[in-house]
Amino acid sequence: MERPPPPVAPVGTSVPRVDGVAKVTGRALYLDDLDAANAWHGATVRSQVAHGVLEAIDLDPAFDWSAVTVVTAADIWGKNVIALIEDDQPALVPIGGRVMHRDEPLALVAAPTRALAFAAARAVKPKITPLPAVFDVDQALGKAQLLYGTTNVFKQFLIRKGHETDAELEAAFAGAAQVVEGSYTTSPQEQMYIEPQAMMASWHGGRCHIVGSMQCPFYVHKAMKALLACEPDEVVIAQSVTGGGFGGKEEYPSMIAAHVALLAHKAGRAVKIVYDRDEDIAATTKRHPCRTAHRLAVDAKGELLAIDVDVVMDGGAYLTLSPVVLSRGVLHAAGPYRCPIVRVRGRVVATNHPPHGAFRGFGAPQTTFAYERQMQKLARLRGEDPLALRKRLALRSGDTTATGQLLGFSVGSDEVLAAIEGVAGTPPVREGVNAQGGPVRRGRGVCFYFHGAGFTGSGEQRLAGRAAVAAVSGRFEVRSSSSDMGQGSITIFTQIAAAALGVDAAHIVVVDPSTSQVPDSGPTVASRTAMVVGGLVERAARAVRQKLEAWAAAHAVGGSLVEIARAHAAAERAELVETAAYEPPPGIQWDDATYTGSAYPVYGWAACLVDVEIDLDSYEVAITRCVQAIDVGKALNPAIVRGQIEGGTLQALGWAVLENVVYKEGKVANANMTNCIVPTFADAPELETILVEVPYPFGPSGAKGVGEIPMDGPAAAVANAVENALGCPFDALPISPESIARARLRWEVS
Amino acid sequence: MKLAFEVNGERRTVEVSPWKRLLDVLREDLRLTGTKEGCGEGECGACTVVLDGEAVNSCLVAIGQCDGRSVTTVEGLAHGGVLHAVQRALVACGGAQCGICTPGIAVCAAHIIDSGLIGGIDERSEVSPVGIDVTARARVRELLAGNICRCTGYQLIVDAVIEAARETERGPERGGDQA
Repeated sequence: MERPPPPVAPVGTSVPRVDGVAKVTGRALYLDDLDAANAWHGATVRSQVAHGVLEAIDLDPAFDWSAVTVVTAADIWGKNVIALIEDDQPALVPIGGRVMHRDEPLALVAAPTRALAFAAARAVKPKITPLPAVFDVDQALGKAQLLYGTTNVFKQFLIRKGHETDAELEAAFAGAAQVVEGSYTTSPQEQMYIEPQAMMASWHGGRCHIVGSMQCPFYVHKAMKALLACEPDEVVIAQSVTGGGFGGKEEYPSMIAAHVALLAHKAGRAVKIVYDRDEDIAATTKRHPCRTAHRLAVDAKGELLAIDVDVVMDGGAYLTLSPVVLSRGVLHAAGPYRCPIVRVRGRVVATNHPPHGAFRGFGAPQTTFAYERQMQKLARLRGEDPLALRKRLALRSGDTTATGQLLGFSVGSDEVLAAIEGVAGTPPVREGVNAQGGPVRRGRGVCFYFHGAGFTGSGEQRLAGRAAVAAVSGRFEVRSSSSDMGQGSITIFTQIAAAALGVDAAHIVVVDPSTSQVPDSGPTVASRTAMVVGGLVERAARAVRQKLEAWAAAHAVGGSLVEIARAHAAAERAELVETAAYEPPPGIQWDDATYTGSAYPVYGWAACLVDVEIDLDSYEVAITRCVQAIDVGKALNPAIVRGQIEGGTLQALGWAVLENVVYKEGKVANANMTNCIVPTFADAPELETILVEVPYPFGPSGAKGVGEIPMDGPAAAVANAVENALGCPFDALPISPESIARARLRWEVS
Repeated sequence: MKLAFEVNGERRTVEVSPWKRLLDVLREDLRLTGTKEGCGEGECGACTVVLDGEAVNSCLVAIGQCDGRSVTTVEGLAHGGVLHAVQRALVACGGAQCGICTPGIAVCAAHIIDSGLIGGIDERSEVSPVGIDVTARARVRELLAGNICRCTGYQLIVDAVIEAARETERGPERGGDQA
């Protein structure tokens, strides 16, 4: 029934998605659509205590346990950890072990039906002796309880530019004509992929097969090798069609994989775990809540003299990916502005919240909110047009960033600012009435921002990702561990390979990223898939083409590359595989010890304009216009790139005005979609997207990362617009009706 | 208990508890897994089906309510091997990304188009500075407000629904993608 994809023109055209028809007909199979013979359903017993010691796990004697498998930490024969950066998080808390948050897994059950599994989970009775819990980062920094090491600080960073000592920095501030100072807080955010987390495992002849909804098959593979104490080929991780990730399926799937693997082993049959929405919101990772103190100093002419930033993130109960999130946060904290003296300090702190983790933007949206509020305040203070101020201070080719990186190629700051200026038009009239005749205030906000594409620092070199293209009897297989979770990588890779091979897309197959079938090209994160892995695919495809053409010349074979590949397969009886490994662009140097050098191989650049209308009766913020101009290097498939930008933009607008995760004593108080809201069709404004292309010479056809950048800026643009409308500052997210009511009260009273 | 109802034009009988959710009967008993569960509480709309001419969240409907009635799921949108106009438009415009909300959106959008609920697509009483037909687009947004998509920002889905509604208004055209 599936028809082959239509012929593909070279990269740069909006060909339909390869997986489009399967998705609009409901034929795409997600994990919960997969059926395994006699599979059981698993459920997780969680702590419900934020901090304590697990004394015992009792089974309710009144419950019929005859058709239920129960797993505890005692059943783990390997290492009881979810291996990631640090081995601090257990798969299941052992008896005598410390419970660190309210939704920590303690035991697992599996049963023939999901209903029975959930009933059995309720009949497992853990005994926990509570300890005082810490939910506030200042209390954690004051060591109210020791949750991690001797300081509760998971990781800290210090960036210094243009000075050696704090005294020199203070001297710069002391000599300033003007100083702008503020403290900014951003709330935790739920990824809210519409497909909940889901995994299934089965064992065959001592080999564990895990399939599920995930971004990073090799992260799961690494974690399973430790947990199951097995060789790399004794556990196979495969990705099912994945219904959204946004970072939420970067690290947490390893936890669920561990659980289904243990249950399937003990039950002796396939076991599937599909989270309920409530459980998914409560237990899985969120965007790190963050507080950023920001000072900037300017001279009499308004040139930046010094920037000083202090970032504190709540990491939650375990380290997970927090150091890397903080790293990206601090590396973006000074913003895309020219400044000779910069200090950025960052700490991520342990608390008894469920661990916070990856979410699109990965630390940068938090610090971007702070620096773009600061630039707005500087413009107000100086009475300067906000866009003109940004044009005046923007980083350009030849300037250096906070880490001393000399910017050369692909700096699109002028282009994106000009694009916004070109469409801005007249700002909305400030005072007015809405359609119902109620009073409204209107305002406009802008922001300017950047986002490092690919892994931070030396990450890509350390990872040394590989991707392969193989000629297999007339078709060409693209083999990488990049997963398509909706962002369109299957289609993008098809286009890149087709163009590099010079064949029709119908001959390209992007194989599913199963760890037994593909090389490790790294995780599907960090805006690196099209730019980094796509670049490897392009190189591998070119190498295959060269090899085939050379073979054809040597054997006097003619015809198209497809015909040559068929002849090669028939003659040599083997596939022809070429693998490309990552090579850093020239001049990329990074020093992890001093946090100086090229933090990223290249940056995306963006500017955003937002118009808002605030209802003065209900204090609701309506976003009436949102324009994003984003430098993507090259739009490999403009429709897919637009889809990425618009999706990220709406997540950012949602974070600005209506999304929030509310913790009460360490538990998510709004763990359902009724209260943990995200924008609907009716909430979303018409989104205007301007694709700017300033090519990156080392990306495929000039492309650079696009997945995360749209998330970073819009929240600040909204806050700037609301400030413009109401005349008082908004320095905390979300800008809810309640926060406007409070601010307005303060503002009218004072 | 034994129940009979029509699914995508075919009579089906099931023997299940009347309390079982229509969603689960479709997915488990009839193996029609195109209808998805995103939240189980009627918020996300991924499980949208049309029940006797009304778009409903099948996670909130007990199968006991469906006896003798007629259900259309995403599997029933294509006719004679040809995709529904909105399915074709969703593919062409890039309105499906991760795809988990897509069946629900396709069912709901096909329903509002086929029932004429969007109204006159080409009466542009109000056009935004970027040439967007605000009126019809706003109506589409309101009619689809029960279906959440987290990937697209909705823009390309609205484009697709408008495109499909225009095509439907112009009358049936032969051709198009085979299902």
